[in-house]
Amino acid sequence: MVELADLKPVSEFEWEIPASLRGDMRVPVRIFASRRLLEAVRGETSLEQAVNAATLPGVVGRVVVMPDVHQGYGFPIGGVAATRLPDGVISPGAIGYDINCGVRLLASRVEYDRAQPLLDTLASALDAACPSGVGCRGQVILGKGELERVCREGGAWARERGFATDGDLARTEHGGRIEGADFGRVSRRARDRGQDQVGTLGAGNHFLEVEVVDEIFDREAARAMGLVRGALTLMVHCGSRGFGHQICTDYVTSFQQVVGRYGISLPDRELVCAPLDSPEGQAYLGAMRAAANYAFANRQVLAHFAREAFAGVLGGRVPNAHLQQVYDIAHNMGSIEEHEVNGTRIRVCVHRKGATRAFGPGTEGLPPEYREFGQPVLVPGSMGTASWVLRGTEASMQRSFGSSCHGAGRTMSRRRAKRSIHGASLRKELEAQGIRVRAGSLPGLAEEAPIAYKDVDEVVEAVVGAGIVQKVARLRPVAVVKG
Amino acid sequence: MTRSSEGFCEIEHTADWELEVWGPDVEALFNQAALGMFSLLGVRLTAGRRNQRSMALQAPDSETLLVDFLNELLFLADTEGFAPDRMDLTIRGGHLDAVIEGAPIAERSKEIKAATFAGLEIRRGERGFETKVVFDV
Repeated sequence: MVELADLKPVSEFEWEIPASLRGDMRVPVRIFASRRLLEAVRGETSLEQAVNAATLPGVVGRVVVMPDVHQGYGFPIGGVAATRLPDGVISPGAIGYDINCGVRLLASRVEYDRAQPLLDTLASALDAACPSGVGCRGQVILGKGELERVCREGGAWARERGFATDGDLARTEHGGRIEGADFGRVSRRARDRGQDQVGTLGAGNHFLEVEVVDEIFDREAARAMGLVRGALTLMVHCGSRGFGHQICTDYVTSFQQVVGRYGISLPDRELVCAPLDSPEGQAYLGAMRAAANYAFANRQVLAHFAREAFAGVLGGRVPNAHLQQVYDIAHNMGSIEEHEVNGTRIRVCVHRKGATRAFGPGTEGLPPEYREFGQPVLVPGSMGTASWVLRGTEASMQRSFGSSCHGAGRTMSRRRAKRSIHGASLRKELEAQGIRVRAGSLPGLAEEAPIAYKDVDEVVEAVVGAGIVQKVARLRPVAVVKG
Repeated sequence: MTRSSEGFCEIEHTADWELEVWGPDVEALFNQAALGMFSLLGVRLTAGRRNQRSMALQAPDSETLLVDFLNELLFLADTEGFAPDRMDLTIRGGHLDAVIEGAPIAERSKEIKAATFAGLEIRRGERGFETKVVFDV
């Protein structure tokens, strides 16, 4: 077990576990957190998992841990690891079961004060428009061969079907479509699960949320993003549904035998991997990209129906009842990028699991209106608490492979949350705070109670204090829809 | 949980769900792991519509076989809306044969993404065979 005494302070918000701590570590671990947040993970295995991640063949630079870290499977949630091309490994467990779980934010100029009398109706309309809950099925019927197109084209498929604008795709990571998706590497099981789930929210900690821009910290960046103080925004949090889960399951299982073939020895079976330049590594990469594009399409379809609900309830009753995309980010992803490592620019596979890309100003791939400011970084808090819009910095490119935190991170088990929090009482408390709640499951609501999570403001202070992001705006929830 | 010679119980895990499972033999262990998983899912079966499936799986070790078995059941639940409440399992030399009896799912309150290998080890202990399984939620 890694003890806090093993960590060397680099600054108030940065710590290092040296590579000398354990003989099989190839690189050190850098943790961005306050001391208080570090002490919160004492007794769980997240730091041990970060040390395990530092043993991956081909890992370079450092393993990075974000302040919302908690224990995952093999790889910590809130972890980033980059492996060199061509022969470093790719690890499904270091990306996660919900491939391209991510967040989309849309903004309006609708004033909260004018919309307030209509928010109950809006919450109900969003709940009706966006299927959520366990086993939910989507409204979009895919024709023969169309699932393959969703997987190859992602957001571009959605645009062709009339669910997306060019602006939506421009303001999505990878333009909403990652090249190199290989549908042929997706199992029959995954295809069966994905066939009728496009346009569904799912359950668990996935949600749709209506917010108000509560405070702006960077006026120029907020203006570029379309964020107006006192105006409504809409956030969508979900991923690749059963399709992605099955793909990860398939490859975590098949890679159990692959590691032996390449002489790879690992401290944790969930870290199984294959060299990127191996047939197995390429197969997973192709399937993972298919799931990533599926998730981009999924969030796009949900955003489309949410827009229709928004316009349907507010249109003609309040001015500016139109939602424009701010950005769409992934926080479970493996992405081939170029970064500077030990003074040399090299291509790496950046594994982000519960961590968000946070490209700095001028980085290639950002839309023109964001190049001056850096990439929007969307950080949802726990249900009923604030969410944040941040922007990436040059420091993130140098110190965290262009990455930042993804949310609040859990501190309490679901079991304890279910036992100590009453779902119906929680709903009443949230509604008393002015937050309308549409929840398919009251026990599910209890599991997602704010008390079960870290304080997102504290998480944000840590990444801002470390210099890897800057604040743009803070959002306050006024309606939550979840399964 | 069932009789004390075999059973399951939920244990603390920060982000997801974890079950401790035990049984006098490996078949009972697998059976209880499956029942425990469906208990976590909050599954209620449709009365009066029972049916039966068979399943055959092969894996190089018991842990992989257990993960495959549980994920196969999740797949059936997700795609066919079917869940078992009775299983007749035979496990020999990395091969599992199962006749599973159950019914369409009338209600399911939770979603599990997958059974994982996190910390998974099937051990011989005081209660026969024991293990802990973590489920990604």
